[in-house]
Amino acid sequence: MISNITMASLKDKISAFSVKGILLPVFGILVFILLWQVGASRVHTSLGEFPGPVVVYEQWNSLVAEHQNERVKAEKFYVRQEERIAERQAKDPSYAGIIRDYTGKPTFFDQIFTSLYTVLAGFGLASLIAIPLGILIGLNRSVYSALNPVIQVFKPVSPLAWLPLVTMVVSASYVSDDPMFSKSFLTSMFTVTLCCMWPTLINTAVGVAAVEKDLLNVSKVLRLGWVTHVIKIVIPSAIPLMFTGLRLSLGIAWMVLIAAEMLAQNPGLGKFVWDEFQNGSSNSLGRIMVAVLMIGFIGYLLDRVMLAFQRFASWDKTQVLR
Amino acid sequence: MTTHLDISHISIEFPTPKGPFKALDNVSLKIKKGEFVSLIGHSGCGKSTVLNIVAGLYDATEGGILLDGREVKGPGPERAVVFQNHSLLPWLTSYQNVELAVKQVFRKTKSKKEMHDWIMHNLELVHMTHAADKRPDEISGGMKQRVGIARALAMEPSVLLMDEPFGALDALTRAHLQDSLMEIQKDLNNTVIMITHDVDEAVLLSDRIVMMTNGPAATVGEILHVDLERPRERLALANDPRYVDYRTQVLTFLYEKQRKVEPIQATAKSKTVAASAKVANA
Repeated sequence: MISNITMASLKDKISAFSVKGILLPVFGILVFILLWQVGASRVHTSLGEFPGPVVVYEQWNSLVAEHQNERVKAEKFYVRQEERIAERQAKDPSYAGIIRDYTGKPTFFDQIFTSLYTVLAGFGLASLIAIPLGILIGLNRSVYSALNPVIQVFKPVSPLAWLPLVTMVVSASYVSDDPMFSKSFLTSMFTVTLCCMWPTLINTAVGVAAVEKDLLNVSKVLRLGWVTHVIKIVIPSAIPLMFTGLRLSLGIAWMVLIAAEMLAQNPGLGKFVWDEFQNGSSNSLGRIMVAVLMIGFIGYLLDRVMLAFQRFASWDKTQVLR
Repeated sequence: MTTHLDISHISIEFPTPKGPFKALDNVSLKIKKGEFVSLIGHSGCGKSTVLNIVAGLYDATEGGILLDGREVKGPGPERAVVFQNHSLLPWLTSYQNVELAVKQVFRKTKSKKEMHDWIMHNLELVHMTHAADKRPDEISGGMKQRVGIARALAMEPSVLLMDEPFGALDALTRAHLQDSLMEIQKDLNNTVIMITHDVDEAVLLSDRIVMMTNGPAATVGEILHVDLERPRERLALANDPRYVDYRTQVLTFLYEKQRKVEPIQATAKSKTVAASAKVANA
């Protein structure tokens, strides 16, 4: 009897979940695609019709095909090299031979990885600066008063304004015969860092400053040392707001990156969009639209990954996180 | 017996936009070792302020605190505090909460094993070993307060300060914890200062009840010695004439001599009626 009831309620729950969790979103997406198709066919540009979902799907397939072709080419390139070296070694055993890297044009998917790599580097650097600084600012009102004006002024600066300055500084200071990183990568990364560190900084500071007074009293009564106080009381208290900041920062980082890559010519998604725009073929708009959707999708995934980290690090597992 | 804790002529002023506000004026109290003292008074009379000064969380403007003849400044674990709303660190388990205190106090004198045993012993005292690995949000309010008490006891304080420790609990849980506290007190014989606004709690637990006048510039009004032999049994005492008499004395002080003047006329009236009815019953 009981199991019957629980089975029935379970079924209700599942069906309620599948309506809200699956049917409605699918319906929403279908309506969007329909409106998109209808709307797109009415917009005409010098490069042809605005890309509708069908065109975008075709362009996606062609990008996948290009990527596969490029991989096959690279494969063949390496096989050829090895054969050639083996031939020479057969004649002259002392010949060592060097395998040269394949230098073909990066595909759409290579560019996605470049973008991800760049954004994570920039965001990581920003977090390394912003979290300790935020803790310091939150703990000490004097430091807060001193730094607040600077933070407030730099916070709203657009990445496009920073970029020329960063470019010049990187070109002037990063001079090396055998560079480990390309300048375009460093420029994009630093621009991302400069633009995305503020939410983490501010939220960490607010979280640290908002530690409950009772807990501060506990710390005082126990005469906790500064380090123990920060590790045991301040940081756990600040974790929820810290993660709010980190998620905002990562979102900004991803948005900024695309703009930075366009101008810095870092071979990521930003450069892809820019190159397609400059290229101006009849396929360009469709390919740009693929990139737009991909940028949105990756941004969403990045936020989910951050959310998973937040769930893992948060001590309050009952907290509703979305 | 000699004085263990000497609260010596303390006054405190808080700066406000309208000039300094004198919350306490010349509060003096000598407490012997092993004595259980309650501070009772209307809310806002500054009883928490006294406790916070003894704890070292506030600095007295005048006067000072002597512990075994030496002046104490600033907070420290030898004056452990049980806070009103438990104040456990929500990200640590019961065990870890007590551990934080034990590590801080006994880091140099106890081995790892001894510290573990000491933590478990203190959780045992408050009957919380079964929830040692639970975090505060997984246990009830009364259980949290038990862990809070265990944490304070684990510091082996010279004076245990309790700021309305059972104020936020329901009546049954409160009675339960009062019994537990008496049991612990029988074994450890700690020196305790407890703040309360519950007359029964004060009479049941204390050796002395310190009644405070209303603020501003609150001070010690009367002191009542409670000469009831221990162990005390709440049911047996309920009809004991001495208990009833002590209770009446405290109520008389609170509701006749130090009647709280409410700013709103209507509430003042109804409160007075209710209070006098209560006195009549008692």
